[in-house]
Amino acid sequence: MTRSGAEGRTLRAVVLTVLIVAVLGPIAAGLWQSLRAGLGVLPAIGAETLSLDPWRALVDLPGFGTSLRLTLWTGFAATGLALLLAVGVCAAVHDRMDRRASGRLLAPFLAAPHAAMAIGLAFLLAPSGWIARALAPVMGWDRPPMLETVNDPWGLALIVGLVAKELPFLLLVILSALSQIPVRAQMAAGRALGYGRGIVWIKVIMPQVWPLIRLPVMVVLAFSLSVVDVALILGPSNPPTLAVRLLRLFSDPDIFQLLPASAGAILQALLALAGFAVLWLCDRAGRVIGLWWVRRGGRGLSAEPGLWLATGLATALMILGALAMVSLLVWSVAWRWPWPGLLPDSWSLRPWTGAGQGVTRALMNTVTLALSTTALSLTLAIAWLEGEDRGHFPRAKWAERLIYLPLLVPQIAFLYGLNVLVLRLGAAPGLVPVVWAQALFVFPYVMIALSDPWRALDPGLPRAAAALGAGPWRRLWRVKLPVLLTPILTASAIGVAVSVAQYLPTLFLGGGRVATLTTEAVTLSSGSDRRITGVYASLQAGLPFAAYLAAFLIPALRFRNRRALSGAAA
Amino acid sequence: MRLPLLLPVLAALSATPALADWQDTLDAARGQTVYFNAWGGDARTNAFIEWVGDRTEELYGVSVQQVPLTDTAEAVTRVISERAAGRDQGGSVDLIWINGPNFLAMQAQDLLFGPFVQDLPDARYVDLSEGAPAALDFTTPVNGMEAPWRLAKFVFTYDSARVDQPPATMEEFVPWAAAHPGRLTHPDPTNFMGATFLKQALVELAPNPQALQQPVTEAAFAEATAPLWAWYDALRPNMWRAGRAFPENESVQQQMLNDGEVDIAMSFDPASTAAAIDQGLLPDTARVFVPEGGTIGNVSFVAIPYNAAHAEGAQVVANFLLDPATQAHMQNIEVLGSFSVLDPARLDAGAQAAFDALPTAPALPTLADLGPTLPEPHASWMTRLTEEWARRYTE
Repeated sequence: MTRSGAEGRTLRAVVLTVLIVAVLGPIAAGLWQSLRAGLGVLPAIGAETLSLDPWRALVDLPGFGTSLRLTLWTGFAATGLALLLAVGVCAAVHDRMDRRASGRLLAPFLAAPHAAMAIGLAFLLAPSGWIARALAPVMGWDRPPMLETVNDPWGLALIVGLVAKELPFLLLVILSALSQIPVRAQMAAGRALGYGRGIVWIKVIMPQVWPLIRLPVMVVLAFSLSVVDVALILGPSNPPTLAVRLLRLFSDPDIFQLLPASAGAILQALLALAGFAVLWLCDRAGRVIGLWWVRRGGRGLSAEPGLWLATGLATALMILGALAMVSLLVWSVAWRWPWPGLLPDSWSLRPWTGAGQGVTRALMNTVTLALSTTALSLTLAIAWLEGEDRGHFPRAKWAERLIYLPLLVPQIAFLYGLNVLVLRLGAAPGLVPVVWAQALFVFPYVMIALSDPWRALDPGLPRAAAALGAGPWRRLWRVKLPVLLTPILTASAIGVAVSVAQYLPTLFLGGGRVATLTTEAVTLSSGSDRRITGVYASLQAGLPFAAYLAAFLIPALRFRNRRALSGAAA
Repeated sequence: MRLPLLLPVLAALSATPALADWQDTLDAARGQTVYFNAWGGDARTNAFIEWVGDRTEELYGVSVQQVPLTDTAEAVTRVISERAAGRDQGGSVDLIWINGPNFLAMQAQDLLFGPFVQDLPDARYVDLSEGAPAALDFTTPVNGMEAPWRLAKFVFTYDSARVDQPPATMEEFVPWAAAHPGRLTHPDPTNFMGATFLKQALVELAPNPQALQQPVTEAAFAEATAPLWAWYDALRPNMWRAGRAFPENESVQQQMLNDGEVDIAMSFDPASTAAAIDQGLLPDTARVFVPEGGTIGNVSFVAIPYNAAHAEGAQVVANFLLDPATQAHMQNIEVLGSFSVLDPARLDAGAQAAFDALPTAPALPTLADLGPTLPEPHASWMTRLTEEWARRYTE
């Protein structure tokens, strides 16, 4: 035991060092660069005087207040709504939801990259879009109606786009958390005491789930507050959200705009921090109010309609998301598709055949990056968790926070600085820096997906193996990893999806030379050809989808005669 | 590592007859891969660049790898961050499709390689005399720091099946929009095309257009833009979404025209409408129109960053772009349809015949249809104009 304890300490020390050197150091350095530039110091362009002018320039931007308000409103509203709906859906239908079936249902939504879904949604919701075309004969519209259904100044379309993408993520996170709680027994007990089905879920089960999903919720919040691509496609345009304005400042021909842009980058980081503070306050308040509410003992049969409303809304959003992806597929085989046709006038495979060489290269790059970043992240995550087991450490909260840092700090806040750092180290832009930069974001997701199932593993299993004389490595290879095959594959699939979706890191650290499906799709989405965009977006969504499919099929085949391992019994 | 190699070449360029130097450049360029940073939003331009690479590979052993950009400023930022990191040689950007403020910014920061244009053998087909369109970039003399490759001229596109009579002047946009509320928009002025729409109106409405050729001053700006803002205030309430939202760029707006959400789109490429019809991106009835007084035109250039790893290869590509055969191929509506930057008077009979034999299309305007080319205002006006627009109309 002591030997394995020491081994565990070493293992974890190694992983911790790797994390600090390769993950946290660069983020800190990138942030430092942004902080300095935000205070007027960027020697490369001859700015060397410390001052608050960049901040003043930022605040003086026309419509800055509106941008800030929009950012906060859309970020919080999207996160809150997604969480509310996810909880509502789970409360209403969890006992009827087969975990595997629902996982299979959610996979395409998780796999679809944000940008692709946003492009699809924009077409679906636009005044000239699919929905309006379907309504046109009924409403007698000969021209697209003058309705602000996308890019509306209130950011509603942006919120819809974010929720449509975050809801499946939160559902999956909650479902995986649920697998660690004896839901069925507690539900039976609650029902026996006369509580409504939904209310048992909220009063008894949710408080156990919440600590397990708090970090993912923070990630969703940080993401929603700083998202660029979705805001660009669905959000208000004048003024847009803060993140979009920053991107514009960063790419302004007047290079001195880099200074206010950097100040804005730091502001994005502060917004995320403020968001977490609000979340923490809600958490505290929830504890007090929740306790009072639980003690009051209401049986909550009246909560039922609310739950069904949540389920209805969630279903509607999922249908929107699905239609958005279908519309991209249809566009990819269309030739002429003018208003008000519900389907294209003429069809063609030219978008697929014409894209040829470029697609192949982008696909190869994307696959290479996805596989290497996922393998790297998975190895690190397993080493971390195994080190924890062997050293008998409790869950180190501070270490966990550190791992999630890359997801909690808005990308735009440190990527420019990171880019300068890499160049200064003399590394040529290319595949290797991109693998590393992507791994910064892939590793935390893999860790999120893997750590809870890992820690929830019945300790009796390795203990029994130890009692039978198996050493720590044998226990890892022969017991833990096989038993955890399902979560490991799920984590890998998530890793692949995250890697495929990375835009800014690929662009910045690849020097623009590493073309992936995502960089090409985002570039093309600024063009006018929805058909080519459809090709790239379909592939971009198809690749992670294949990974999710594998994550469901492999355990199903491997464990077809071991029900408890195939994930069927939650 | 390559710069020491380059320095003698540079020294030689300024000292000995150009032809021998060009052979040196060709020799040094052989085997190089040129990373051509060019806006990637147009599939036909991308295909043309691929064709250029195939040809230069075949002819000179120089391959071209396009680095597609969503905005040219990305390449500028990349060079700046390379300098910030002390990477003064072996840079990742070899050639940039550039003009206007991006060129001005790079030149002001000393980020460009050159002058090199006069040493390109095929530059002899271009009128580079002082004040000629190919020697000016937004009124700033180019001084051989960037080589021209395609002509851009501002045009509007409309669907003749939906619109009978497009506005004949910029002033007429106001009554036209009042009669067709919600059917007109322009790209966001943070985008190049949106800014050009404002500039086109400015050039037509300014009391003294000559003032626009000088660097902007506050007094000149106030005087020149007063009629513009009055015009825009009258126009805006009848614009799409009451002028509170704008498409991101001209491609998105073209898509809106195709979707029937607006009636007018705009482009900096007179051939783009014909090309878009050919690709199924616009209805067959789409046509081009320009205001009576003519429109702003400018030349697109390629420039080489000071730290380019493959400056020789980049020059070979820049020269190939000026080859009359290349320019005729580029002007072909079935290829790219961009107007040539060469001076017809300098072409020999064979080259001229290649241009004369190019196919036409119903939506392709003739040079006569396009009217006079108005000069771009000095680049400083564009920056000031978009700033002021943002200040006035951002809520």
